[in-house]
Amino acid sequence: MSIEDIKQQQEKWENSVQKTLEKHPERKTFEEKRLYTPTDIENLDYIEDIGFPGEYPYTRGVQPTMYRGRLWTMRQYAGFATAEESNKRYKYLLEQGQTGLSCAFDLPTQIGYDSDDPISEGEVGKVGVAIDSLRDMEILFDGIDLSKVSTSMTINAPASVLLAMYIAVAEKQGNPSTSLSGTIQNDILKEYAARGTYIFPPKPSMRLITDIFAYCSKNVPLWNTISISGYHIREAGSTASQEIAFTIADGIAYVKAAIKAGLDVDTFAGRLSFFWNAHNNVLEEVGKFRAARRIWARIMKEKFNAKSSKSMKLRFHTQTAGSMLTAQQPDNNIVRVTLQTVAAVLGGTQSLHTNSRDEALALPTEESVRTALRTQQIVAYESGLADVIDPLAGSYYVEAITDKIEKEALEYIDKIEKMGGAVEAIEAGYIQKEIQDSAYKWQKEVENNDRIIVGVNKFQIEEPPVKNLLRIDASAGELQKEKLAKLRAERDNEAVKISLEELRSACSDENVNLMPVILKCVKTYATLGEICRVMRDVFGEYEPHTNI
Amino acid sequence: MKKIKVIVAKPGLDGHDRGAKVIARALRDAGFEVIYTGIRQTPEDIAIIAQEEDADVIAMSLLSGAHNTLFPKVVELLKEKGLGDRLVVGGGVIPESDIPFLKEKGVKAIFTPGSKTEELINFIKENVKCDEE
Amino acid sequence: MKNNPEFIINGILSGDRAVLARGITIVENSLYGAEEIISKIEEKTGHAFILGITGPPGAGKSTFTSSFVTELRKQNLKIGIIAVDPSSPFTGGAVLGDRIRMRVHTKDENVFMRSLGSRGALGGLSLKTSRIVSLMDAFGMDVIIVETVGVGQSETEISKTADMTAVILAPGFGDDIQALKAGILEIADIFIVNKSDLAGADKLELELKQTLKLNYTDTSIPVIKCCSTRDDDFANIYSEIKKRVDYFKQEKILDERRLNRKRRDIYDLIKSEIERITEEKITKLGGIDSILNMTDGKVYLTEELKNLIKM
Repeated sequence: MSIEDIKQQQEKWENSVQKTLEKHPERKTFEEKRLYTPTDIENLDYIEDIGFPGEYPYTRGVQPTMYRGRLWTMRQYAGFATAEESNKRYKYLLEQGQTGLSCAFDLPTQIGYDSDDPISEGEVGKVGVAIDSLRDMEILFDGIDLSKVSTSMTINAPASVLLAMYIAVAEKQGNPSTSLSGTIQNDILKEYAARGTYIFPPKPSMRLITDIFAYCSKNVPLWNTISISGYHIREAGSTASQEIAFTIADGIAYVKAAIKAGLDVDTFAGRLSFFWNAHNNVLEEVGKFRAARRIWARIMKEKFNAKSSKSMKLRFHTQTAGSMLTAQQPDNNIVRVTLQTVAAVLGGTQSLHTNSRDEALALPTEESVRTALRTQQIVAYESGLADVIDPLAGSYYVEAITDKIEKEALEYIDKIEKMGGAVEAIEAGYIQKEIQDSAYKWQKEVENNDRIIVGVNKFQIEEPPVKNLLRIDASAGELQKEKLAKLRAERDNEAVKISLEELRSACSDENVNLMPVILKCVKTYATLGEICRVMRDVFGEYEPHTNI
Repeated sequence: MKKIKVIVAKPGLDGHDRGAKVIARALRDAGFEVIYTGIRQTPEDIAIIAQEEDADVIAMSLLSGAHNTLFPKVVELLKEKGLGDRLVVGGGVIPESDIPFLKEKGVKAIFTPGSKTEELINFIKENVKCDEE
Repeated sequence: MKNNPEFIINGILSGDRAVLARGITIVENSLYGAEEIISKIEEKTGHAFILGITGPPGAGKSTFTSSFVTELRKQNLKIGIIAVDPSSPFTGGAVLGDRIRMRVHTKDENVFMRSLGSRGALGGLSLKTSRIVSLMDAFGMDVIIVETVGVGQSETEISKTADMTAVILAPGFGDDIQALKAGILEIADIFIVNKSDLAGADKLELELKQTLKLNYTDTSIPVIKCCSTRDDDFANIYSEIKKRVDYFKQEKILDERRLNRKRRDIYDLIKSEIERITEEKITKLGGIDSILNMTDGKVYLTEELKNLIKM
């Protein structure tokens, strides 16, 4: 049957539907079209646009066997109060069958302040572990062989410092840096646009990032040097298309910066990874993941002339959407997370963090983290979804929505390129404004009951306050302060001073790679705050842009 | 009649300003004058801004868990500056069990995830006296 | 806090920041005591220099202002800042976001900033701004900066409160000078080409100079390039502005400006008083609908209506 025949038949069918509609109007939804057919994908070229798993343009996945070979890495983000407590939690998670570590740091650490800085008051150990110096890092990974685990660190502005500490701990264990695998988030652009833990202005920040690319390509070759993140852009309220558009635009900016710094694209691009959000709309999300892979592959090949297939593969971590969790009827969140997990798996993620049921209320308890991990394990081992590669390919709807998201994202990317690139678009407040507009629109839809959130604006119940929430020990701040005082008394302060002075002059000389210099500093037990203070002095601090 | 002036502030270090910005817009659309401070404000900054702007309401958003330390600190500093009569409200990821403590410390209302912006707007309208002519 | 005029006046004159803040609220909202406060405070004004800063959205005004204030603070000057943002014409609400860029000055006791919503044309914005300037002046500020977005008539209008106005432009925002809102170029006493590190800054500078040559009799208007992150640029801007101030003093331009401000303020004051009386009159006559009834729904001044108004 030809496309023309189908079109004719479809028109007939639509006419007959009109009669039904007169009697039974449809529900209001956010999807315009009621049905997808071969007519929606008539321009799709299987080899050009979809292809085979592990082959360009990687629409169907980056590995040839996908989960038939090896399941995705189940990686729960965790980090509590002090290095001692987090170390316990890591060991517990590894015993429970988790296959990679993921470190959450507290906000002072993420913004480069020591725990005894006045600005850190009330924040020490709150959203993750407090790391002030190499000593804390040694405690954090005590008894964990760093050559045997892969570790993901959610750290951005001071990523160099934390990576240096990790390398130093490994060396003390007798593991060379070449044996280390893991990821640092290291994505400063989305901090400016959505997440807020920036320190320095864009120019020195981009230098820190390209210094890491260059250093790791020689010394830590298995390390993923950046995790270009759409997750937080989505959490800040963007749409699915905006999530991948703004993130890929950031990716383009990093690649350009590295090439400008003199790196050959194929020496670093294979170590770039991405980080996406998994939202509730399962099929839209699957389309998003597939579209992102196709866009990135084409950009790397066509725009940056990458030769290595590794450079073209968009590998990604996924986290389920924290903003979709509700404080109301928290058990419902387990179901949401299941749907999001399904989306991530059908979208071909390389690793996944599933949120816990109680995270709209507090940091998760051990029990709810286990349920979240079990959710992944059930999808992996019981659902069958992992047994065949990209099973939704060829679905009229999924292919059409993959195309639609790709098209919308490309329009944004094009517009941002015309503005001069992601850095310029962020400095002009453009990306922030687009995200805020979407966030406001979403909020209005929820408040007007156009968008139903179960338990929030429909199907509410009276419920007692949730018990057994995790309480963060308020003593973490005091404990860190004590440890710092002890450290400052015990270490060789002269050596610290010398290393920091060396850092200061290195910062002023753009031709020096800062990674080895920072590594030297952390080995003298200079604190994170001290190292960042020097960089703040030389680089200055970022002034946010805010259009509302 | 006097316009109601609201400071939308983000104390602490977390950068999650989606809620704060949505609130700022919703309050604007409700006819209030809103001063958005941006992220990473210390309690001292917030109190100074409230004073200079002679604000009627100080609405704070915090997602890092530092609310028990920072919200009461702001209230205390406002009192020191003679602004003890201003309406202080808070929002964010705040466990139910912390709310009595915060109220005791002078935070008049806490809006937890899932609250409608309308609830905050109505609360402000009901609790700010703006009959001064 | 006490609202009584005497308390406010004494507080302002003795340098109490909290009272200044309250005084501004009273004046801004025309609350009870506003006229009395102004009448008593007038004689204590005239010390401060009032600098208007305006420009199209995106030109980097707030960042410029913040860096310029840093420079002024190096000279140990006390600074008042009034940042005006447009109010929504539909709801009257506004988001006043200029403080974000001023955060480095928040804790500085010698800097006082106040955000102002424009509240539409009927709000008597320029008169209010002028009066807030007076309060800050009496408080002891050396320089008062009035920052506005150069987007509409009312914003241009308040720049006339200033002794001198700096117009901030940046490359890439309306690549053609002709495209700039009418009025914004005419009010400039000094041009700042901001973001001079961006491509197009030189072109913008050149175009500005050509425009000035063609259209203006005063060819002494300086065009200064600057990048908000470079301290040296601000030392230069400070000295350029200072030169310009001396010139204004010497040519008696400053006196003329201040007299003009008074002329306009008294005009606005009468106008707003008449507006207030109009509203009162209409209420007395039973509201606008009952007046329309009197004229049979026609819009014309009947003899009866004329007499009623006079009463």
